[in-house]
Amino acid sequence: MNTEIPSHGQPIDRFAAAISGEVYESVHSSSAIKSDKRQALLAGDYPNPKHLREIAGQIKQHTLESLDKYLPQAVESLERNGVRVHFAANGEEARQIIGSLLAARGAKKVVKSKSMATEEIHLNDYLAANGVDCIETDLGEFIVQIDGDHPSHIVTPIIHKNRRQIAKSFEKHGLGAYNDDPETITRRARKFMRDKYMSADAGITGANFVVAETGRLVLVTNEGNSRFSLAAPKLHIALVGIEKLVPSDRDLSVFLNLLVRSATGQQFTAYTEFISGPHASGQPSGPEEMHVVFLDNGRSDILAGDCREILRCIRCGACLNICPVYRQASGHAYRSVYPGPIGAVLSPLLAGEKFPSLADLPKASSLCGACNDACPVNIPIPDLLLRLRDKGKREHAPLASRGVPPMGGFAGLASQPALWKGALLAGHVMNYFPVEWVPVPPLSKWTAQRTLPEFRGGEFRKWWKQRRQR
Amino acid sequence: MATCLCDAFFDDVARATVEVLEYLGCEVEFPEGQTCCGQPAFNSGDWPAARKVLRHLVDTFKGGEPIIVPSGSCAAMLYHGSLLAFEHETDLPEVEKVGQRTWEVLDFIVSGLGVKQWEGACEKKMAFHSSCHLRGSNSAEAARLLLGSLRGAEILPFKEQEQCCGFGGTFSVSFPAISADMGLLKLQNIREVKPDLLVAADMSCLMHLRGLSEKQGNPVPVRHAIQVLRDALVAEGKLR
Repeated sequence: MNTEIPSHGQPIDRFAAAISGEVYESVHSSSAIKSDKRQALLAGDYPNPKHLREIAGQIKQHTLESLDKYLPQAVESLERNGVRVHFAANGEEARQIIGSLLAARGAKKVVKSKSMATEEIHLNDYLAANGVDCIETDLGEFIVQIDGDHPSHIVTPIIHKNRRQIAKSFEKHGLGAYNDDPETITRRARKFMRDKYMSADAGITGANFVVAETGRLVLVTNEGNSRFSLAAPKLHIALVGIEKLVPSDRDLSVFLNLLVRSATGQQFTAYTEFISGPHASGQPSGPEEMHVVFLDNGRSDILAGDCREILRCIRCGACLNICPVYRQASGHAYRSVYPGPIGAVLSPLLAGEKFPSLADLPKASSLCGACNDACPVNIPIPDLLLRLRDKGKREHAPLASRGVPPMGGFAGLASQPALWKGALLAGHVMNYFPVEWVPVPPLSKWTAQRTLPEFRGGEFRKWWKQRRQR
Repeated sequence: MATCLCDAFFDDVARATVEVLEYLGCEVEFPEGQTCCGQPAFNSGDWPAARKVLRHLVDTFKGGEPIIVPSGSCAAMLYHGSLLAFEHETDLPEVEKVGQRTWEVLDFIVSGLGVKQWEGACEKKMAFHSSCHLRGSNSAEAARLLLGSLRGAEILPFKEQEQCCGFGGTFSVSFPAISADMGLLKLQNIREVKPDLLVAADMSCLMHLRGLSEKQGNPVPVRHAIQVLRDALVAEGKLR
């Protein structure tokens, strides 16, 4: 992952300026297409999609605020279904729990379906270091894995790559001669994956939702890879953020309809799995043993703070796709597992004490509000970005104020009318010398690419006074 | 409220706002002590500085009359941003009251005064950039309704219309590369449909887009929507 911080300028701006035209094209066109599909589908399918988003937001907010009720209920339901439940306070604990569950069964071969929670705790690196062969089964994640790369999007991990680059990776890793036909690439991955599924000792998944009332685990995929991951292996481990709960099965109608439309612009994914426990007697296949590991990793702290709405997130990626800054910068610019607007809020919060190292992320927004409009659970992302900017400033995080003109002087001017009027007159000096040559930011940052309009300070006031005198 | 940008650069927009409101029968006041809405400090994360400016604003705009602003962005600062900046302050209620009295001018004309169509002509093809901070109000619909009702006017749709122009206040100088690239993309999408005029309801977006295009050596003609409405009245002989 890109963790480099340049010595000056905002890191995300510098990263954006340096990305290749190929990456920009891939990210921009794919994001724009997904956004258009989402908007068209929601507008076509519902008389008032905004209302539906508000309801979804309220259900999630209610669940979060009553987590002390729903979490124990979920544990009870899961255990009733024969699932063993574990709690991990942080990434380290989660890795150890998963590591020992695998060790207890002597599992050395693992198939994993796409999960942001496992990305968050860097599970793959841990498993590799412990001699476990863990294969990503989602095609995008698989490509990221063989490339030694990192996902740049929470739904479409390889949005930054085009098919020519993917074909080259396949060739390099012995998956056939160069061929950039998407169907051929998919067939080759499928063939490679089949053997892995059949010989795997364990399947690791995340969960899109866990229903507190019934203990049902819901997974949506388009490739069917999570189903395969659970067909042959005898052990199923699901790593689930504690914010993934919904109260009842009925709520799923709201969330599944919104999640899929928002994520991929489809009415429904090809596969929607409802998992109610391990292999039951009479079923032809399925894991003998199923574990759910609930991950906190900073979520309780977020819940206690003033940005808790961010925990409503259902990881659809709509805010990334619509975000003009993300479209320019790409996901790797954000130096964290969660990129884009959601990441600009969630990543610095999840960083906890290391907040200052990501304090620039909330700055990477023109505060246009498109993310809020796109969010299926109506998270007021711009408000949360602003709260984190305030936090960055209060805590004197250097990255938070890089390149931002200091505002103390401005506030002094703008709260004293006499000074303000004086400045309106004094500013006319700008018209008499070439401001574009002034090498001092913020002026120089403006004039490098734009002209300044003629300064006409006080002209309106003059007009107003004359009009009043008539 | 004239806004700091109109106070310093775009006096004709503030003037057009007064002229149009008076034409519609409003009595307009201009509190001389006014300065800025505090948004630059608020967006920069300097909330104490923003509160200082806002307290001055609350003081300057005492009374119960509607506060009309020729900027969706400053208006949104008063009815939304300021509430966030004051959420833990004891004078939140006063700030809230100011917010409730605040209107973006086009929204005020259509939703406040009930004017649904405009007199006069504007024989031009216009690209209307729906500035982001119109999202919280009916301003974008109001602008399209009024501009579209002008005789001979045509409003052209263009690609990625809902995308931000890249100005974003201090964002434009702290993220200069992304800001300029967003603006250039917007200009490219606008130029593709060949409008005679680029219209918006926020001079900040227009200052950025005009500045970028001028630097390219190919300046786009820009106009605030309220200027277009005023010009139509003048051409019709309804205003001097």
